[in-house]
Amino acid sequence: MSNEWPLWEVFIRGQHGLSHRHVGSLHAPDADMAIKNARDVYTRRNEGVSIWVVEARHIAATAPGDKGPLFEPSESKVYRHPTFFDIPDEVGHM
Amino acid sequence: MYAQMIKTARSGVKTREEMTEQERAFQDKIDADIKIEPRDWMPDDYRATLIRQIGQHAHSEVVGQLPEGNWITRAPTLERKAILLAKVQDEAGHGLYLYSAAETLGESRDELVRLLHEGRMKYSSIFNYPTLNWADIGAVGWLVDGAAIVNQVALQRTSYGPYARAMVRICKEESFHARQGYHAMMKMALGSPEQRKMAQDALNRLWFPAMMMFGPHDSESTHSEQSMAWKIKVKSNDELRQQFVDQTIPQIEYLGLELPEPGIKWNEDRGHYDFSDPDWSEFMDVLRGNGPCNVDRMNARRKAWDDGEWVRDGLLEHARKKAARAVAAE
Repeated sequence: MSNEWPLWEVFIRGQHGLSHRHVGSLHAPDADMAIKNARDVYTRRNEGVSIWVVEARHIAATAPGDKGPLFEPSESKVYRHPTFFDIPDEVGHM
Repeated sequence: MYAQMIKTARSGVKTREEMTEQERAFQDKIDADIKIEPRDWMPDDYRATLIRQIGQHAHSEVVGQLPEGNWITRAPTLERKAILLAKVQDEAGHGLYLYSAAETLGESRDELVRLLHEGRMKYSSIFNYPTLNWADIGAVGWLVDGAAIVNQVALQRTSYGPYARAMVRICKEESFHARQGYHAMMKMALGSPEQRKMAQDALNRLWFPAMMMFGPHDSESTHSEQSMAWKIKVKSNDELRQQFVDQTIPQIEYLGLELPEPGIKWNEDRGHYDFSDPDWSEFMDVLRGNGPCNVDRMNARRKAWDDGEWVRDGLLEHARKKAARAVAAE
């Protein structure tokens, strides 16, 4: 079992000029094979025009426990959204 | 279903008072339909039960390629052959999505495969039945994938994020599977008297095995309670089976085929079809390894794995050498 192929995460750019988006993962011996396999598994029905793969162990991520300190502060900063400001209709579209 | 008789890792459901604070917070998330993600805290039994269920589901997808792969070289037309190839390729992909989901829980794919090959994990009973002729291929797509869709649509709402997302992806592709199967059945059922006879025969033979896919009656289904509380299972076996029967009878009628068993009758009071039980002793026997094809299926799986070993090892060694050369050149 020590010869298990490493895990790769797959990101696909859809048809419409969007960013690459995570679609899933797969095992492959190297990057070339990971891309070939990703093409076979994740783009059989016109799902994409470009593929990124990255070995899963290279991805750094936030810890679930950090969710509060990291993301809650923005909840109280409603003035960061355009809808916070009432602009009179007479001013026109802004 | 594709996962039958999954033992929940614990028996009985803990009351809120019996739960630790962590378990209570976890159950609250589940109750509020907040998805559990790989690195979130989860009870060990939740993790173990999911690995069993998703693993069995993955094995079913992969073993499920065998009865259909059997007919790729003998498809009646080039178009049917291309369609069947595409479908069988999809099944491999479904296996991959599911193994990936299981891996996020800390169990490697190779380990799950090893457990299957050692007979310590199972796959759905349905794939231990043979596909005797081309009509069976139509019937499998229509009935087996049709039954799978009923289960998997419900599982799109399952509580574990990676499993739910795999289900969304699988359901999109599964709908092609069911439709191509029904389309093949239409050709046969509306074709010559011989074709029609084959279609009827396939329906009759595969009906009860398809019904068994949903697993035993809720009253017999031990361990379901905790899985339902954790939303690992979203609908009960009997609910799903009824839904499958209700949606399939009109499809049989459209084909002009006879109903596969005499117990199927519309029940005005219930607003559902009544139907007969499959032979549950046969079901248990197939699970124990005594179905018509259990031995063949496992032998084919083990052979594929063993025969592929030098390829897997060779490609990995090549990748290592290439990486070492790249480092040396820097």
